[in-house]
Amino acid sequence: MRMELIQPFINAADAVLADSLQSPTSIGHLSMDEEAYRRKGVAARIAVSGDIEGRIIFDVDPKTAMRVASRFAGEELPESNDLICETVCELANQVIGNAVTTLNDQGFHFRVHPPEVHTSEHGDKSSEDTEALVMCIETGSGKVFMNVAMRYNRRQQGEKAVAAGQ
Amino acid sequence: MEQFAPVKRKDGQPVRYLIVDDSVFARKNLTRMIESFGGQVAGEAGDGCTAITEYERTSPDIVLMDITMPQMEGIEAAERIVRSHPNARIVMVSSVGYQDNIVAALQRGARHFVQKPVKPDVLYEVIKYVLGEDASVANAAGAGA
Repeated sequence: MRMELIQPFINAADAVLADSLQSPTSIGHLSMDEEAYRRKGVAARIAVSGDIEGRIIFDVDPKTAMRVASRFAGEELPESNDLICETVCELANQVIGNAVTTLNDQGFHFRVHPPEVHTSEHGDKSSEDTEALVMCIETGSGKVFMNVAMRYNRRQQGEKAVAAGQ
Repeated sequence: MEQFAPVKRKDGQPVRYLIVDDSVFARKNLTRMIESFGGQVAGEAGDGCTAITEYERTSPDIVLMDITMPQMEGIEAAERIVRSHPNARIVMVSSVGYQDNIVAALQRGARHFVQKPVKPDVLYEVIKYVLGEDASVANAAGAGA
């Protein structure tokens, strides 16, 4: 996966989490992973399709999600599975939406699909084409993990090249 | 949450909003914001189809509409609402804010676009702009805006 695809996700995660939580964040460990994804907490999976296709998994442990939800609500909220899932999905939606905005403005055209709660312990195994970037973001409310596996859509690029040549 | 000088309709009544987002969390967040502007939630919807039905039922002053939603996306719902109600005031609220998306929404009848995460002061200014002369802002004394 190329840096031009990765950097917008790093920037968006940093900006959205810092803005939403009103506290500084730092990007912790970054690594490339070819193994199947292992869920760490409550995870939301968002698929993207278009010039680049793949999926992003946004993974937050339940206690961190509750702290984030309470921070957003401005009051301490009682722990609830629904609220935890909603919080993780909405955070994922905002981070990924912002990253995709940057990539679209750079000329890549994507469609973002609505987030789904990712319940299985293991995710898709990434392949040579879709090795995943795994990143940990440290926030004042806890750790947030993001796993990005995307690849260029060769068929669509081929069609564009053919269209441009006509 | 920060308090703002209340934005009222010309008849002095609270501005009524329809909030459309597939995330309950996002709807709650927007509700808190519009209440801090002195507004009132007329209805809520979690997808574009329900948004159209709820618009007919509630006749809101403003619709806050997400874009990426199941069943029917926000831009299509906005277009359908505006086709039947040309004066509908629809503000798109989405994390996906690239230029093509914004242009598509505006071309299909949306009045404005706000990118998530929504900043209350930005939404407040957009609402005042979209309502224009159909709204008045109460005395700002003591308000945080």
